[in-house]
Amino acid sequence: MATAEKAPPTLAVAGLNAWYGESHILHGVDFEVRPGEVVTLLGRNGAGKTTTLKAIMGIVGKRTGSVAFAGRETIGLSSDRVARLGVAICPEERAIFASLSVRENLMLPPRVAAGGLALERIFTLFPNLAERLASGGGKLSGGEQQMLAIARILRTGARFLMLDEPTEGLAPVIVRQIGATIAELKREGFTILLVEQNFNFARTVSDRYYVMEHGHIAIGFANADLDANDMEQLHVRLGV
Amino acid sequence: MFLGHAITIQQLFGQLLIGLINGSFYALLSLGLAVIFGMLNIVNFAHGALYMMGAFCAYFLLHEFGLNYWWALIVAPLMVGAFGALLERTLLARLRGLDPLYGLLLTFGLALVVQGLFQNFFGASGLPYAIPPQLSGARNLGFMFLPNYRAWVIGFSASICFATWFAIEKTRLGAYLRAATENPTIARAFGLNVPRMITLTYGFGVALAALAGVLAAPINQVRPGMGADIIAVVFAVVVIGGMGSILGSIITGFALGVVEGLTKVFYPEASNTVVFVIMAVVLLIRPAGLFGKVA
Repeated sequence: MATAEKAPPTLAVAGLNAWYGESHILHGVDFEVRPGEVVTLLGRNGAGKTTTLKAIMGIVGKRTGSVAFAGRETIGLSSDRVARLGVAICPEERAIFASLSVRENLMLPPRVAAGGLALERIFTLFPNLAERLASGGGKLSGGEQQMLAIARILRTGARFLMLDEPTEGLAPVIVRQIGATIAELKREGFTILLVEQNFNFARTVSDRYYVMEHGHIAIGFANADLDANDMEQLHVRLGV
Repeated sequence: MFLGHAITIQQLFGQLLIGLINGSFYALLSLGLAVIFGMLNIVNFAHGALYMMGAFCAYFLLHEFGLNYWWALIVAPLMVGAFGALLERTLLARLRGLDPLYGLLLTFGLALVVQGLFQNFFGASGLPYAIPPQLSGARNLGFMFLPNYRAWVIGFSASICFATWFAIEKTRLGAYLRAATENPTIARAFGLNVPRMITLTYGFGVALAALAGVLAAPINQVRPGMGADIIAVVFAVVVIGGMGSILGSIITGFALGVVEGLTKVFYPEASNTVVFVIMAVVLLIRPAGLFGKVA
């Protein structure tokens, strides 16, 4: 870990505040994600997990504080410029474009760097998509939509992925497939920031957790040394 | 027949031709409105004034710079389109996120200002613009004479409409446009420069209006009021076709031109109102328009 400690964190969030209109949602969020890590934001509904991802991407109304990506400050950048730096988001609502075919959805995000996954590779990870390329984006099942939402950001060359509740509402077999995909991406060196309500799923893929409460980070854990006391804490804070 | 006179085949085809010509202009103009409405959510009331500017642009290119009709077909849409892009950047962009009513008021005001300025400098009467020599004359089809210029306008407009439809529905650039129309926030979060796309889309819709203006210059005279005359019917076409529908605006444009032409043959008294009657009926039965998505 010595070299990873010296490299700047992939993402360093400090004192992040965010607003939707008049509502002040994030109150000074601090955390970091180091290269190659899978870090999960846990927390109850309304704790600010999704808003944190949106604030990093630059798609909330107003934000202040610091969001440094690979050592570079991005708080003043528009979301298209943040994306071009190599940050990719898979939003909670999946945001598959209904007016585009599956193929057009897959090919939509522009390349931001070399080294994106080739299409054949993506179809190995998600064989269902290969069969549905000509379908309309609105015609997919929930699981297929989720696969497409992940698949389309793997093509672009972005090495930092933010996945917002990728298992929400999906059948166990698809949850396992998505878990395997995240593990595979981690092996390939992708850095991933995950938002999850499902702690049992997060446990299978994460290196570290942060628990959010009322718009800030309440506590952080490493997966490797979760002890009974930590589990008690999680139980109290999340009800798991 | 109850109309009291026999309808000759020449009359019928003559009016059909005029209907198709008007339909060409309706289609080009309502297509531009549909593209702009889809992306900007603005009902562009300045469209008629920009159509008129296209025709004046062709006139000045010819008389001040010696650039003929064929040059005008390229240069006038580029110039007026650039003017449109400037309007978007400096004025319309400030209205983003506000109620669409603001866009309507702003573009309506712009239309009055532009039309008033042209009227002030050029009077209300028309300036002549000659049919390009390559397209003068007519051919005898046996059942009617078809003026070459009119055949060109119909064919060229249909081609431009088809090309625009193809570009939006079938190309990668079109996919960007559809994505940014459907969900601009996420499209931008994938790295698309959505504000620039909005500016270019407005410029493109305006360029289509200017192109229609150039095509109209040799048929109608170049007059400051020419846009105001046509735009009311074009808005009826847009409502009938369904706001924002690309294919709907093209088909409805041509079809209503033809319906208007046929009405002139069979019941001339109604020819100026038939489009609005159809609009009222469509609004009663299918408020989203014939091709619009029912919300």
